[in-house]
Amino acid sequence: MGMTIAEKILAAKAGVSSVKPGELIMAKIDIALANDITAPLAIKAFEEVGAKEVFDPERIALVPDHFTPNKDIKAAQQAKMVREFAYRHSIKWYFEVGRVGIEHALLPEQGIVVPGDLVIGADSHTCTYGALGAFATGVGSTDLGCAIATGEVWLKVPPTIKFVVKGKKQKYVTGKDIILHIIGTIGVDGARYKAMEFAGEVIRELPMDERFTVCNMAIEAGGKTGIIEPDDITKEYVKDRAKREPVFYTSDEDAQYEKVYEMDITDLEPVVALPHLPENVKPVREVNDIEIDQVVIGSCTNGRITDLRQAAEILKGKKVHPRVRLIVIPATQEIWKQAMEEGLFEIFLEAGAAISCPTCGPCLGGHMGILAEGERAVATTNRNFVGRMGHPKSEVYLASPYVAAASAVLGRIAHPDEV
Amino acid sequence: MQIKGKVWKFGDHIDTDVIIPARYLNTSDPYELAQHCMEDADPEFAKKVRKGDIIVAGENFGCGSSREHAPIAIKYAGVSCVVAKSFARIFYRNAINTGLPIIEAPDAVERIEEGNELEIFLEKGIIRNLTKKEEYSFEPLPEFMMKLLTSGGLIPFVRKRLQQKGA
Ligand code: SF4
Repeated sequence: MGMTIAEKILAAKAGVSSVKPGELIMAKIDIALANDITAPLAIKAFEEVGAKEVFDPERIALVPDHFTPNKDIKAAQQAKMVREFAYRHSIKWYFEVGRVGIEHALLPEQGIVVPGDLVIGADSHTCTYGALGAFATGVGSTDLGCAIATGEVWLKVPPTIKFVVKGKKQKYVTGKDIILHIIGTIGVDGARYKAMEFAGEVIRELPMDERFTVCNMAIEAGGKTGIIEPDDITKEYVKDRAKREPVFYTSDEDAQYEKVYEMDITDLEPVVALPHLPENVKPVREVNDIEIDQVVIGSCTNGRITDLRQAAEILKGKKVHPRVRLIVIPATQEIWKQAMEEGLFEIFLEAGAAISCPTCGPCLGGHMGILAEGERAVATTNRNFVGRMGHPKSEVYLASPYVAAASAVLGRIAHPDEV
Repeated sequence: MQIKGKVWKFGDHIDTDVIIPARYLNTSDPYELAQHCMEDADPEFAKKVRKGDIIVAGENFGCGSSREHAPIAIKYAGVSCVVAKSFARIFYRNAINTGLPIIEAPDAVERIEEGNELEIFLEKGIIRNLTKKEEYSFEPLPEFMMKLLTSGGLIPFVRKRLQQKGA
């Protein structure tokens, strides 16, 4: 019987010829990842199991991106603990401020994660790497601490749901609109415990940056991972980056899917997810009288160069609404440099935006743009839960960089056509 | 493993930002985290909850971030078990790995009310509602996960595995 790409990778890592959904496996991991919030607990777990050495210092990434540059003394203590561990164990992929970026933008960009990998990360958006054709999933710190000791993880093989996205994208419709549309359709637990395989002509035509956006939000539908079969676009992306030899897996013709959704997105317009769940998805045109206080363009969902270019396309020659704060956060140093060289920063600065160094910052209500009581933000991030960006009575509206930029100009949720 | 306590009831999609808001994640001290447990759903929760109490919730409990701080905050707040209609995947894993008993029991959740007194028998798959004098059954955890849970989580399990490898 045929297997899906997800099943093939898991079988390979478990050292067996085939696996079936529901099976419990012990699998070897290619990369284990933690950040400045989750690594401290993982390090405690590592020490508690009595491990002396990590399984492989070249297969571990410690990325202090959430509360860095250190936002307060406690955050500094945590970052220090991670740094000391990284030095003690000669962790190859440890990044200091000035070189660090948001983990899920950084690891693919630096070729640390490659197609065919099994990646576990103590961060729920680890599923982002599925865009490369890897099996990547979020775990907790104890899992991660144990995994960096043993190089293995226990996993239950998930059933796969396939999303075949067809049709022709309208102007200003991006990967973000597509994934929000999918979450709006199946709900925030529509893919709970499942692998989400994204396929179809629309996905095939998406550039890598937007594919990352799509897989990034698989977790917002409860998915264990999001995954896209690698193709020429993937190969081109990894060609000069891959630090290890990639393996390109594809799903068999006769692979078994728990469910197949066929979606035609020809009529899809730019959308926004209203508070307080990512499934509250509405076309922008239906909600464009909502006034806002802040716009955040960044995060592991939409902080890549394509996203910044899209925002700049709208902001060029325009001004941010007097009442609005626009914060732009390139996700990595490389993206930062590229945006600067392409002249995007000039556009942002002329418009009246603040540009931050790479950090998660406001995405999780950490720092660099916290909302006060009653304030509203449009953000290109992935979660609009209660209190996610600050005060429990503040609100976050999730949207693409196009919509975020248009909203910044008009001071309310806005369709890019209106600018 | 036997569990007994009073019920605190919550709705669907209780996410990890509600269980423990990110503004408190600049520490990993379990007792400090416990002081803010469920704060954005019920600011008084951490003060009101008593040792042994049970959280009962709807669908998709623990959705959102992978932060293990969530089950840890719940456990150290004194909660002995979470019963829900369903759990988000990473939370489910983290709870078992950190030794917080969790039960998927959609029918029971429908019947149980805030303040009810429950007695839970994990291995047998039985919940007794002492207040309403009712009994509900649920599917016990798979053997592997029950073993992880009863041995106190993933750490003792892996410790043994490492020792065997070393020997
Ligand atoms: S950008 Fe936001 S969602 Fe992404 S890793 Fe950072 S905090 Fe998490």
